[in-house]
Amino acid sequence: MLKTTFRYLLYLILLAPLLLFIAYGFSTRWFFPAPFPTEWTISTFDRALNDSRTLTGLRDGLTIAVIVSLLSLLLAFPAARVMGLRQFKGRQLAWLLFFLPTVVPPLAIGMGLNILFLQLGLAGTIFGVVLAHLIPTLPYTIFTLSSAFARYDENFEHQALALGASPLQIFFNVTLRMMTPSLVVATLFAFLISWSQYLLTLLIGGGKIITLPILLFAAASGGNPSTIGIQSLLFVLPPVLVIAFTARELMRHGNEIREQF
Amino acid sequence: MLGASLLYAIAESLGIISVIGQSDVSFRAYRAALATDSEFWVSLAFSLWVSMTATLLASAFALLVAVWLNHHRTQSDTLALNWNLAFPHLVFATALILFLSQSGLLARWAASLGLITSTDQFPVLVRDRYGIGIILHYTIKEIPFLALIVLAVLRSQPIGYDVVAQNLGANRWQRLHYITIPQVAPALLSGSLLVFGFIFSSYEVPAILGVGYPRALPVLALRFFLDPDLRARSEGMVISLIITAVVMLVAVVSLRLERRKDE
Repeated sequence: MLKTTFRYLLYLILLAPLLLFIAYGFSTRWFFPAPFPTEWTISTFDRALNDSRTLTGLRDGLTIAVIVSLLSLLLAFPAARVMGLRQFKGRQLAWLLFFLPTVVPPLAIGMGLNILFLQLGLAGTIFGVVLAHLIPTLPYTIFTLSSAFARYDENFEHQALALGASPLQIFFNVTLRMMTPSLVVATLFAFLISWSQYLLTLLIGGGKIITLPILLFAAASGGNPSTIGIQSLLFVLPPVLVIAFTARELMRHGNEIREQF
Repeated sequence: MLGASLLYAIAESLGIISVIGQSDVSFRAYRAALATDSEFWVSLAFSLWVSMTATLLASAFALLVAVWLNHHRTQSDTLALNWNLAFPHLVFATALILFLSQSGLLARWAASLGLITSTDQFPVLVRDRYGIGIILHYTIKEIPFLALIVLAVLRSQPIGYDVVAQNLGANRWQRLHYITIPQVAPALLSGSLLVFGFIFSSYEVPAILGVGYPRALPVLALRFFLDPDLRARSEGMVISLIITAVVMLVAVVSLRLERRKDE
């Protein structure tokens, strides 16, 4: 009995932020000290959806996150395969290098990169931001994929080869199929990390590239609760959806990610 | 790219700002930033205070949560952590503002219960000078992460120890103190160090939940970096590099602990 109460309390706490955002975002004329909103409206929501900045932020953020996820997978896959399956000299060093971005704060990375990209003409471009986002995402994708590779049995590939399959066929029908769960998790991480980047986008985008975190930050500093509520909802919607869909895979693989340390 | 960015950061801290053609290497920025009257020290103290308190609180609660969960087995904490992922720090900080500000939801509930009559009677919990909001945020946010670490250790331990102790008459707190804590200490410490480093070096949350003075160290660094006076950028770089050095040091120690645990 007590346990179920705790369970429901836990769910309530987890859902609380969402409820908070909905309450503020969709209410009107809700002033202190009313404990609950009494009048509802979708006008704030409507305005946000028609606001060009919000739409640009949504579009750019989504575009960047998707590109980053794909690129991240592409780059991480070969690296992860080698790290997971082979032993070689300097393996420790490679791991160290790969995990360095998780230790160096985005602040320092962003500042230094800002200067470099200014010189390369990449500052303020989507491409530049995509590149910058790769830095925090690659460690996670490499690690996720390499743990899967560590448990991967190459013999399946050898069998397929013996049965006459071409390398391309092997790759698509054997390798990718077997790696699908961890590919999903890796994509999820890359997407989430890129989607929620604030500092890197700000420093590299230089104010020309707007994503939802940047808008949310501005709204939070401004203080109109309705706007904050709506912006927050827009911001958490994709992550919540993506996590809901991949929840099962995550439960299985989530712990390994924590264990990278 | 990472290496290049660090190199450029160091270069600029030493005074080479190509944008305005300044290229005389000097330690001027270092001296300015570390001067005894510079805001650096105040921010450093503030950041240390916030990071340590939040880390300690999060660890303590994570330990309790993990022990409790270990006795009541379900998948719920993995679920909680995954759900936690959907709410990045920025959004959670925003939620805290809506909830804890003087005209926020908690204040309204207090008013409707008759506890207060005006907004300024409600304590300043966010955007406050002591970093209470920031500490609260990070404590709550990092508990799932640390709890999972502890849980992983607990679940891999042979249950024998605990049962034997119970048989020998040890009560819950004694078991916690003499058995559980030594078991999880290395992993928890290692994880806590990482959390500390993360909190110490993050910008978004202190920027939203903090005030103009004292500022968290990363906020100070960015302020300098974005200063219209381009020469101030060097100072921002200096602070940023110091933050990086601290975090890397902490990470190295954490790794060493991790390795020792496996021996």
